Amino acid sequence: MMEPLLDVKELTMDFGGLRALDKVSLQVLPGEIVALIGPNGAGKTTFFNCITGIYKPTGGNVFVTPPGKKQRRISGMKTHRVTAQGMARTFQNIRLFPEMTVLENVMIGRHCRSRAGVLGAIFRDRATRREEKDIVDKSYAILEKMGLAGEVNELAKNLPYGAQRRLEIARAMATTPFLLLLDEPAAGMNPRETDVLEELIRRICTEENIAVLMIEHDMRIVMSISSRIYVLDYGKMIASGTAPEILANPVVIKAYLGEEDVDVPAS
Amino acid sequence: MNAFAQIRQSLIIALWFMFITFPVLVVRVNTIEKVVEWRWLNMIYVGIGSFLISFVWRYFLERKAQGGKEDTHPAPATATEKPFMQRLMAEPRLYRPFLIVLSLFGLAFPFLPFASTYQINIVTNALLYIMLGLGLNIVVGLAGLLHLGYVAFYAVGAYSYALLYYHFGIGFWVALPIGALFAAIFGIILGFPVLRLRGDYLAIVTLGFAEITRLVLENWNGFSFGPSGIAGIPRPGLFGMEMDLHQGTIYIYFLMIALCLFTIFVVNRLQNSRIGRAWVALREDEVACEAMGVDPTTAKLTAFALGSTWAGLAGVVFAAKTTFVNPASFTFLESAMILSIVVLGGMGSIVGVIIGAFILILLPEYLRAFSEYRMLLFGMIMVVMMIFRPQGIIVGIRQIYEFKKVAAKEGNRQ
Ligand SMILES: Nc1ncnc2c1ncn2[C@@H]1O[C@H](COP(=O)(O)OP(=O)(O)OP(=O)(O)O)[C@@H](O)[C@H]1O
Ligand SMILES: [Mg+2]
Repeated sequence: MMEPLLDVKELTMDFGGLRALDKVSLQVLPGEIVALIGPNGAGKTTFFNCITGIYKPTGGNVFVTPPGKKQRRISGMKTHRVTAQGMARTFQNIRLFPEMTVLENVMIGRHCRSRAGVLGAIFRDRATRREEKDIVDKSYAILEKMGLAGEVNELAKNLPYGAQRRLEIARAMATTPFLLLLDEPAAGMNPRETDVLEELIRRICTEENIAVLMIEHDMRIVMSISSRIYVLDYGKMIASGTAPEILANPVVIKAYLGEEDVDVPAS
Repeated sequence: MNAFAQIRQSLIIALWFMFITFPVLVVRVNTIEKVVEWRWLNMIYVGIGSFLISFVWRYFLERKAQGGKEDTHPAPATATEKPFMQRLMAEPRLYRPFLIVLSLFGLAFPFLPFASTYQINIVTNALLYIMLGLGLNIVVGLAGLLHLGYVAFYAVGAYSYALLYYHFGIGFWVALPIGALFAAIFGIILGFPVLRLRGDYLAIVTLGFAEITRLVLENWNGFSFGPSGIAGIPRPGLFGMEMDLHQGTIYIYFLMIALCLFTIFVVNRLQNSRIGRAWVALREDEVACEAMGVDPTTAKLTAFALGSTWAGLAGVVFAAKTTFVNPASFTFLESAMILSIVVLGGMGSIVGVIIGAFILILLPEYLRAFSEYRMLLFGMIMVVMMIFRPQGIIVGIRQIYEFKKVAAKEGNRQ
């Protein structure tokens, strides 16, 4: 049995009286593309925020096992340290650095993989120059893969919407993660853009050997791309399994369609 | 139709102004002769004046609104049609001759016939503020931390030199790095408690910190000699050469030029480095920045420390230049002035800060007539600026990277 890259055990998150996550467990194995779905307000984004250290979970544990390394507990770790462990994310409502160029946005991703300090910046010694060149080259290579090489010097805020979504993924890739967390990467995209994105995510998984955990509402992409699917509803993990299993699961259908067969409003 | 509405609006405003200034500007009770004077002419002036100002004001607001709409339409403008200022700074062919003329003027300035000791002093003062502006620009412009207590670090620098000289007879050149170091340490000490704060909260805490610093200097007589300050601080020496006042002034002028160049060099290198990018990212979006693996604590502390370093350097020079320090030189007004330089010039832009410093420091000096209204003028400039050009005179430009052959290939593929 393969060691899971990400192992979340009974994660709980309370906001005052509201239990946004209730003993949620989830695993991502190497080479997998896992989808996390659920109705609006189910707690999916909260789940991401908890495992990346943006929120401090009130209960449960999160472990990661970077390939070739020992298992580590990351719950309670600061966000930037989690990223340094090898888990990078994107945001549901795009959070690029709008006044920085496309290339610089990606270069920020290299921050945790480089070390030049203040003195290096001022004196630009050979090691710093080499590191800087390495940052630029690696960032550019990622942008090429994401089809953004034509816009390197454009300010991020000037990119069209779909390109901004891809840039967010590029920026996350620059941190050389072993697991990529995507929060609704296809949101607001038209079917053609979604197809391009799907192809891209597949390539990231197979060619770069990066596992993907993604939150997504677009069932078409979810069903065709994911090896496994988790379903969250009102903070509880109500189902998990392969696409056909999920589609046939009555609990999931009920969560999505509500109690429709019980009372249909007369309108 | 629209113009008519505008005129009516302006008329209403004019009437309103006439009404509210009536008791002050029209009626005057002459207490000696016990008569009331009615100065109706004043009312007419106020009416016409406020009508015209309001009309012009509206006209520009209108134009700005339209300009904004036009801007958004052709979104990705091609590189060739950038505004002239941007191109001037981006293309060596354009800015080199400009720089050469500027530096020749800078070198010749103290020896020009009109350059009296007074003139040189004013320009030296402006240079000092350039240094302060560029230092604060690291904290406010690059890292986006609204810092209202910058003057505290200026004071630390100045008092470091004053006290080091007073107690140990330490000279200017030794005090310069020590003052900078003290200011940097102070910056980190302030940095720790405010790490979690943002925006307004940070502004208030830094403001409070500066006031505390000033009050300590004012009241701790045994340490800082209170409000009377410390006098007799020596000017910087040059291998023990004797200099009269004019020569000394010229010397400090060149010293400041050198320090400014040094500052520009360092800040320029910093802003296009790994650290500088982290600062800008922090300014743009702190959550995303941290999620991309940047440690915000380190980034903020280095920004505070480096920003304060420049205040410290400037403080030492200030003490040497005026040969006297007291707490009155380090009031909140000073912080506000430095911040205004950064905001007016353009946050995150070196050239902008330089222009901002020259405008805000030299203008009131040369417009002596306005000098009494300095704060009024100052406020007006800031308000007008914030409405019509909130990004400052010059927008900070980002580093451009060239990828020649690869970029061409990519262009073909698409
Ligand atoms: N910082 C917070 N403070 C209080 N409540 C919060 C906070 N963040 C999220 N919540 C609550 O937690 C619940 C889950 O929100 P979350 O954003 O995780 O949903 P989601 O599954 O991502 O929904 P969507 O599909 O709309 O993005 C919601 O009821 C939300 O109001
Ligand atoms: Mg969400």
